[in-house]
Amino acid sequence: MRRDVFQAIADPTRRAILSLIALQAMTPNALAEQFNTSRQAVSKHIKILSECQLLRQEQVGREIYYFFNAKKMKEVDNYLQQFRANWDSRFDQLDNLLKKQKNKKP
Amino acid sequence: MTTNDAVYTKDIDKKTLHVVRSFAASLEQVWKAWTESEMLDKWWAPKPYRAETKTMDFRVGGYWLYCMMGPKGDNQWCRESYKKIEPRQAIHNDTNFCDADGNISNDFPTMHWTKDFRGDTKETTVSIEILFDSVADMDTVVKKGFREGFAAGLNNLEELLSI
Repeated sequence: MRRDVFQAIADPTRRAILSLIALQAMTPNALAEQFNTSRQAVSKHIKILSECQLLRQEQVGREIYYFFNAKKMKEVDNYLQQFRANWDSRFDQLDNLLKKQKNKKP
Repeated sequence: MTTNDAVYTKDIDKKTLHVVRSFAASLEQVWKAWTESEMLDKWWAPKPYRAETKTMDFRVGGYWLYCMMGPKGDNQWCRESYKKIEPRQAIHNDTNFCDADGNISNDFPTMHWTKDFRGDTKETTVSIEILFDSVADMDTVVKKGFREGFAAGLNNLEELLSI
């Protein structure tokens, strides 16, 4: 199975988990309490998020905490930047075309 | 040169991408540029690609069949199927990859486009909404754009270096 940022954010529960841990690091228990689904379902999502490197866990004292890896999330924006570059190229060409047409008019 | 920067936003929950851009031209002209194949061929393909229309039937139920041609002979046939047209206001269409006869390919996701046109005799704003059937589809399309954009960037560099 694919493991990348897009796979990670493709699921609404995983997006909800990311929103929560982006605000503050959370323990597995605290996180599981936020969802109506089973603990197993939540930990399956956590496993995927961790494999996609959007979430990392750290031992703090006796507890394990989940942290959000913002750097990895930037990948989504990087992809969009290219999408943007394509459109900018298009629009510049359209600008030129429209300008040429305007000049053609008497 | 106009400095009408495009605004790009994504809404992952709604599976949509938005692009808004203004042009220093009349609504009439901008509408023509988006709806007549001779005009589209001149600007639709991002550099260094070029678009070549095979057929265009701009009415509901009709479609625009064109080829995106890369500098290295890489071709991709595309099809825009018109779902709803409000003259000088809006176009709703599905976009697909296809073969040279317009047969839709299932290897690439369908995109549902809405293009809104608003303007007067001097300035026109086009708002584009691209809706995907799933986030995974959005991913496929954006990544393809990434690869193509990257290839385009390399080609431009090549051009620059060969001077």
